[in-house]
Amino acid sequence: MSLNIIVLAKQVPDTRNVGKDAMKEDGTINRAALPAIFNPEDLNALEQALRIKDENPGSKVTLLTMGLPRASEIIREAIFRGADAGIVLTDRTLGGADTLATSYSLAQAVKKFGNYDIILGGRQAIDGDTAQVGPQIAEKLGIPQVTYAEEILGINDGKVTVRRRLEHGVETVVAPLPCVVTVNGSAADCRPRNARRLMKYKYAVSTSEKAKLSAEDQAFVDARPYLNIEEWSAAFVEADPEQIGLAGSPTKVKAIENVVFTAKESRRLENNDEQIEDLIKELITNHTIG
Amino acid sequence: MANFYTDNPDLKHHLNHPLMQKIVELKERNFSDAEKFDYAPRNFEDAMDNYDKVLEIVGDLCGGLIAENAEGVDHQGASCADGRAIYADGTVVNLDACRKAGLMGMSMPRRFGGLNFPITPYIMAADIVSRADTGFENLWGLQDCAETIYEFADEDQKARFIPRVCEGETMSMDLTEPDAGSDLQSVMLKATQDEDGTWRLNGVKRFITNGDSDIHLVLARSEEGTKDGRGLSMFIYDKRDGGVNVRRIENKMGIKGSPTCELVYKNAKAELCGNRRLGLIKYVMALMNGARLGIAAQSVGVSELAYREALAYAKDRKQFGKAIIEFPAVAEMISVMKAKLDASRALLYECSRFVDMYKLYEDIAKERSLTADERAEMKHYSKLADALTPMAKGMGSEYCNQNAYDCIQVHGGSGFMKDYACERLYRDARITSIYEGTTQLQVVAAIRHVTTGTYKALIDSYAAQEVKAELQPLKDNLAAMTEQYVKAVAAVAEVNDSTYTDFMARRMVEMAGNIVMGYLLLSDANRNESFVKSATVYNKLAQAEVTKHADFIANFNPSQLDFYKA
Repeated sequence: MSLNIIVLAKQVPDTRNVGKDAMKEDGTINRAALPAIFNPEDLNALEQALRIKDENPGSKVTLLTMGLPRASEIIREAIFRGADAGIVLTDRTLGGADTLATSYSLAQAVKKFGNYDIILGGRQAIDGDTAQVGPQIAEKLGIPQVTYAEEILGINDGKVTVRRRLEHGVETVVAPLPCVVTVNGSAADCRPRNARRLMKYKYAVSTSEKAKLSAEDQAFVDARPYLNIEEWSAAFVEADPEQIGLAGSPTKVKAIENVVFTAKESRRLENNDEQIEDLIKELITNHTIG
Repeated sequence: MANFYTDNPDLKHHLNHPLMQKIVELKERNFSDAEKFDYAPRNFEDAMDNYDKVLEIVGDLCGGLIAENAEGVDHQGASCADGRAIYADGTVVNLDACRKAGLMGMSMPRRFGGLNFPITPYIMAADIVSRADTGFENLWGLQDCAETIYEFADEDQKARFIPRVCEGETMSMDLTEPDAGSDLQSVMLKATQDEDGTWRLNGVKRFITNGDSDIHLVLARSEEGTKDGRGLSMFIYDKRDGGVNVRRIENKMGIKGSPTCELVYKNAKAELCGNRRLGLIKYVMALMNGARLGIAAQSVGVSELAYREALAYAKDRKQFGKAIIEFPAVAEMISVMKAKLDASRALLYECSRFVDMYKLYEDIAKERSLTADERAEMKHYSKLADALTPMAKGMGSEYCNQNAYDCIQVHGGSGFMKDYACERLYRDARITSIYEGTTQLQVVAAIRHVTTGTYKALIDSYAAQEVKAELQPLKDNLAAMTEQYVKAVAAVAEVNDSTYTDFMARRMVEMAGNIVMGYLLLSDANRNESFVKSATVYNKLAQAEVTKHADFIANFNPSQLDFYKA
């Protein structure tokens, strides 16, 4: 059975290696100091999508991302790894969106896309860590959602079987298609870029990128439809201007402050089994570990 | 996560060598594939960009997954059960990732599903893979056997087997037997024909790297009653047909992830590759040359890891109130390691470019007749490749072992413990100067290029190149070393005794190697300032080595040879 798979992905600042200059004096993120990367858990989601495609030949994996025009970078990255196509939802009016406005905008794009069987996305993005967008999209589309997925075990008879990673164990659930599945970082790593695909698709460009190319290079891209990455605007997905961007975002950031960890509660242990065991017990009791 | 390609700018320097322009143009036949294949390059820059980007994939995979798995693979090792070899868990994951990344059949033509890369970027990938996991480099690098099928098998065989290699099936070359190691003329594995013409193999092979592979190249005796190399033919055995079992695998000192198998052939169906009787004298010789270049790359990869591990430890480890790299004795060790690494790498890529050049002409000659100029050029590069391959394998693997030794030395007592990667790489390094022909056998292959003057002619061509004024003193030293070399070779020739020449062979080959590598590093330094340090350090080392050998030869009385007889 061939499936139409959407993978939701986001280009995010790499917050995993935050240096001293990661925040500006005014408390906003200094994006120049943080390289833009493929949100890590979205790569886990992409891998699950590609595995579904491996199991169901003829399936199509489309990456959908909302962001700046440069988010086409992660579309190319996904295509090098096996995705078939990508769409960048990009528009000035979409800027400043919180999770509500983001999920609305993406849900509109999904509706425009139409005819999908399953939507996969990472559990959360490392810049906001909310884990809200995936579930909200499911709500807006009126379809089931499975969160914290660790592995998609199979798709049969219009149902997907998913193993979820919970706090104290795993759970296997079955959901009817279409549905949204958000994938946990503990799922399989994404496969590497493929050499042939990279050589084939390295010149893939979005509409706005193509406009900046020389006439000769534009002709090269035009002659090869697979090199075109679609860009969709808010109007194209028929989004209500009141519900998108800053206007559609009830969340207001009041203040951002640096958290400074202090070592006032340090304790010195002797290097013996007894003291180490006591500490471990204490940490388990207060749920720091375990 | 580290990327073993982008964290090492020396690789890009070698990839961007001026000769690559010609290599790429020949390989891509003026970019005619661009019409037929959507992943074929449009022009030279496009092709170079492809190599660069694909090597970035290799570097990413190696710096992440494969390097991280290396320790686990070393501990678990390969095993054997029910007549099959079983890879360590990490090896299975690594192979799967390489398949998904499309890094198999890299040098094969696109019509068979390959990437159509020249040998040079392929060898660079081998260099990178070896730094991550030396044993895994064997399994991945055996894709090189497809080259033999491409060169010598018939069209039908090429079409059936090469695409499978490009899809990720593994290969092995089944040559060695209990009584036929370095002396392959003694191979006994029997190949007989059924009445319908089907070939059957019976016998035993030993020390077969990745011996449970999907597609085997097998050297067997097809001509009953013969005893020498002229009775041997090359066969392709397909594991899908069955008939070959793994009796046991060796318990080795290093490269534990690479299963070394003893194979039993019981009426195994096989097909002849190429012509009868040419198995050893033509095909295995070609196969071995490719394999030797692969081991040279593997050696450089280990050298790189040894240098990096030593450097990191020497910067980190503090004694007497400062990092040990501050002490001249340690700093010198590290500098010499880097110089040997850079020298062997410069030689590796010089050699791979020469291999590219002659093989490309050979391949083009299958499509059209070459012009007189092209034929001359092919002959020229073929001879140089033949001269540099044993030198790159021989000296590169010795340097790799020296660097692995020094890496442990820099670590001191900690290096003797199992806690650091250096003990693994020390064990992994050891095989490089043994398999695919020991260093002593590389000397046997190289010595005729001393006596017939191939090395001297190459050295003269290097000497004719201009260098920047500040590098001139290094060049003057190399000219003086060349004089010492010429004198030593003449002195040995004068004795006119083959036993005496054999006795002095390694010394003379190493002198030539020191001078060749000295010139190559000089040329690198001339093109890229970051090589000035290594060029200088290596120049000093080479000078001392050449003088040592020259003195030994000058002060040796041939009658003293008797004292060296066992």
